[in-house]
Amino acid sequence: MLTVALFAPLLGALPLALNSRWSAAQARWIAVVASGASLLALALAWLTFDPAGPLFQHIDEVEWVPSLGMAYRVGVDGIALAVATMSAVLFVAAVVYPFDTGGDARQYYAWLLFLHGVSLGVFLALDLLMFYVCFDLTLVGMYFLIGRWGHGDPQLAAFKFFLYTFAGSLALLLGIIGLYLALETPTFDMRAIIEQQPLAGRGTYASLVFLAMMVGLAVKTPLVPVHTWLPQAHVDAPGPASAILAGVLLKMGTYGMIRLPLAMLGETFSRFALPVAVLALVAILYGALVALGQTNLKRRIAYTSINHMGYTVLGIAVAASLIGGHDEARRLALTGATVEMVAHGLITGSLFLISGSLWQRTGDYAMARYGGLARRAPQLTALTVLAAFASLGMPGLAGFVAEFQVFTGTFAVYPWLAVLGVLGIVITAALFLDLLWRLFFGRLPEHLAHFPDLNRIEIGVLGVLALGVVAIGVAPHFLLEVVEASASLLSGGR
Amino acid sequence: MPVADLTPELALLIGAVMIVLGAAFLPHARQGWLAGAALVTLTIALGAVVVQWPAAPSLTFSGVWILDAPASLAKLVILGSGALAMAMSPDWMRSDPRHGEYYALCLFALLGAVVMAAAGDSMELLLGVLLSSAASYPLVAYHRGFAPALEAGMKYFLIGALANALLCVGVVMLFGLVGDTDYRVLAAFLAQSDSLVLSVAVGCVILGLAFKLAAFPAHAWMPDVAQAAPAPVAAMLSVAPKVGAALALARLVALLPGEQGLWLVALVSAVTMTLGNLAALRQVDVRRLLGWSSVSQSGYALMAVAVIGRAEGAVSALLVFLVAYALANLAAFAVVTHLRGRTDLADYRGLARAQPLAAVVLIVAVLSLVGIPPLVGFFGKFLLFEATLAADHAWLAVVAALNTLVSLYYYLRVAAAMLFAPHQGEVSTLGRASWLAMLAGFVLLLAASLGVEGLFQEMSLWRAAPAG
Repeated sequence: MLTVALFAPLLGALPLALNSRWSAAQARWIAVVASGASLLALALAWLTFDPAGPLFQHIDEVEWVPSLGMAYRVGVDGIALAVATMSAVLFVAAVVYPFDTGGDARQYYAWLLFLHGVSLGVFLALDLLMFYVCFDLTLVGMYFLIGRWGHGDPQLAAFKFFLYTFAGSLALLLGIIGLYLALETPTFDMRAIIEQQPLAGRGTYASLVFLAMMVGLAVKTPLVPVHTWLPQAHVDAPGPASAILAGVLLKMGTYGMIRLPLAMLGETFSRFALPVAVLALVAILYGALVALGQTNLKRRIAYTSINHMGYTVLGIAVAASLIGGHDEARRLALTGATVEMVAHGLITGSLFLISGSLWQRTGDYAMARYGGLARRAPQLTALTVLAAFASLGMPGLAGFVAEFQVFTGTFAVYPWLAVLGVLGIVITAALFLDLLWRLFFGRLPEHLAHFPDLNRIEIGVLGVLALGVVAIGVAPHFLLEVVEASASLLSGGR
Repeated sequence: MPVADLTPELALLIGAVMIVLGAAFLPHARQGWLAGAALVTLTIALGAVVVQWPAAPSLTFSGVWILDAPASLAKLVILGSGALAMAMSPDWMRSDPRHGEYYALCLFALLGAVVMAAAGDSMELLLGVLLSSAASYPLVAYHRGFAPALEAGMKYFLIGALANALLCVGVVMLFGLVGDTDYRVLAAFLAQSDSLVLSVAVGCVILGLAFKLAAFPAHAWMPDVAQAAPAPVAAMLSVAPKVGAALALARLVALLPGEQGLWLVALVSAVTMTLGNLAALRQVDVRRLLGWSSVSQSGYALMAVAVIGRAEGAVSALLVFLVAYALANLAAFAVVTHLRGRTDLADYRGLARAQPLAAVVLIVAVLSLVGIPPLVGFFGKFLLFEATLAADHAWLAVVAALNTLVSLYYYLRVAAAMLFAPHQGEVSTLGRASWLAMLAGFVLLLAASLGVEGLFQEMSLWRAAPAG
């Protein structure tokens, strides 16, 4: 099933890239089918996932480079399954969402499908090297999407994005090799490495490997102070690509933190848990404060991503801390971090899709040039308000479930960090209310007098994403059950 | 005399002589046939290499000639790169009425590189370096009426003459000190004595090989050759002699006792890759850019040489990296050749629309040079990093990682120019043969990426039996 989920989009991308006869509409249909098949396969995997079973399930394995111990290995635990399914939903949304491809529809959809396939590869891989391969390939896909279909100064943004995150990748690669060299029998099988915990009690060497990995993943997440690539990449990327960037690519950093340092270097991570948690707190506060100061719509949403990913990293750091007697709190924090990933993907994904729609209509992101849209475009207003309230952590919506769990877990382990972190939520609330006020209330500027409301497809896509946000907020059980099983194995089982 | 051990080399030699004779007697209009003759020769030589593939390392011809798997693999790469260059050549040389000797010179240059890869004796090494150099100088300057080509040839010759003279001095000094040219005797002697003269002699030999590798401090010819030599020659000279010289250097460094030699190579490696990358950053000429990138790639290759004997995977890392580099570089130059040597970066703007296949090949080639997985270049770099980390040379791996990052800048500039810029103007291409050569380079690159396991299988057999 996972193999189908991974290869359906890649197989769809191939004919799109090669065949030049299809029209834009046909290309879009093929992309929707390939993307949808992948989502369907993941949904099936979810239904047959047994929360009481072993950590990794649905395993497929094919030899690739056995002399290095590398193989095509896929499998999921609850965390991977949740994040991968969210990613697939977001990819289908991005494919379906209307976008002006500038005459190159085939290539656009081919790149999007390629990105879909390799992104799932990151989340589904059970092989360390395959993880890295997919991790790097996502950069290539995103580079071409931003560079070709972006606006503003897309080539610079794409280049900066590639350079920064590739730097992170290389640090990650050095860390992976360091870990690999410490193994008794060389293998990249994640299950074997998690079982062996090869670097437990290895002092400086373990710290260096851990630092190399964390630097690599922190760039991708992004944590302050290595976040500076994010705003520009977001502002200049096309709307759907922005949604993917925020919703899927950023998760690779935090997902990687759970999969690699937390699971494989647990003992080392526990020594660094406090510094990482402090960094996460800085990201939370800094991201929120800088977002408040932005006048560009997309930049503001981009900085809230830094803030939200801070919550996730805080949860992961708490889960890694080995301060005795807090097993329950650590499990809660890890669950919260995962739910935050899913929630942020859906919420910020919709916010970026919405800003893409605004760009297609007006070609402008400056919030000062908007206002009073509530009366002209009620449906746009309703969906944006819902997403914004979810993002600021309104109870009953997905963001609240996640943040509540993260902060409850943190409070038990690092109480004063939790107290300071809650300030972040206050600032986020302020900045989203300000955003809504500027876009939708006040006086309608003259050039927006004929602003069209969302069309049916846009409403459909955003509606489905909003439904997911509400479902997680009201009845989170279906998600928590799957995630908690793995979270307790990872945080308590050590 | 076990003559059969030399079948590939003899085939090259005989083929080259026949081509010289043919060039003397064939009318100008038919000299293109000699490209076919060169290709046939190379095919025979390649077949002979495959047939004689050694199961265990052995020495032949009183110990001067090494037959082992690394040498055979290096021969395959050298001859294969020669074959691709030959396939690009007839279209390229069509405008030159007298180009029969060109093919003979190419074969001699390849023969020199093969000799370097298999040398187990310092005189043999000298022979290989000199043969390959002497045959390459006229090749670079083959466009006699093209001033930049003459300049490049002159530069190549001057640097080469100096480096080869130093190599000569080094080999003679070694002979004078040791009383033998055989590597085994040399190793035994080096293990006991530790004189300054000996260090100077070894330093001279390393410098001579650095010239063939286009490594610091004898690298300055590479960008000029890449820019002005006939494009097929640039493709060949940026690959074949480097493979031979890298393996020769690895064999030589493996003899040295102590750390000094290794540290010297590690420093040369770090300086070479940094210099090559920094110089490539500002290039606006694609061929020159590829030349500087080739300098930096030599620096990466030297990483493996610097940890030889200290990390068990060093030799296989070196060879996998060289194979990856050779394929990617050949594919890139094949594109340049197919586009009639189009060289200004501005002329590459929007090429993805006009010549999609050429653009794809070039993009895949540069991505492989960066080391983006799952292309074969990634596996080469991966093994290099692994070997250097295993030998506790983490600093070198970090320097290489930083350099890879820098290199991304100029490689992506080429890709971005082709993809993102609008297209204007006509794109003229060379011909069917160069198109086929480009496609063959591309297919080989992809096949190596997918079939990388086969390469590793071969390598894992050697770990039991180290080279040299």
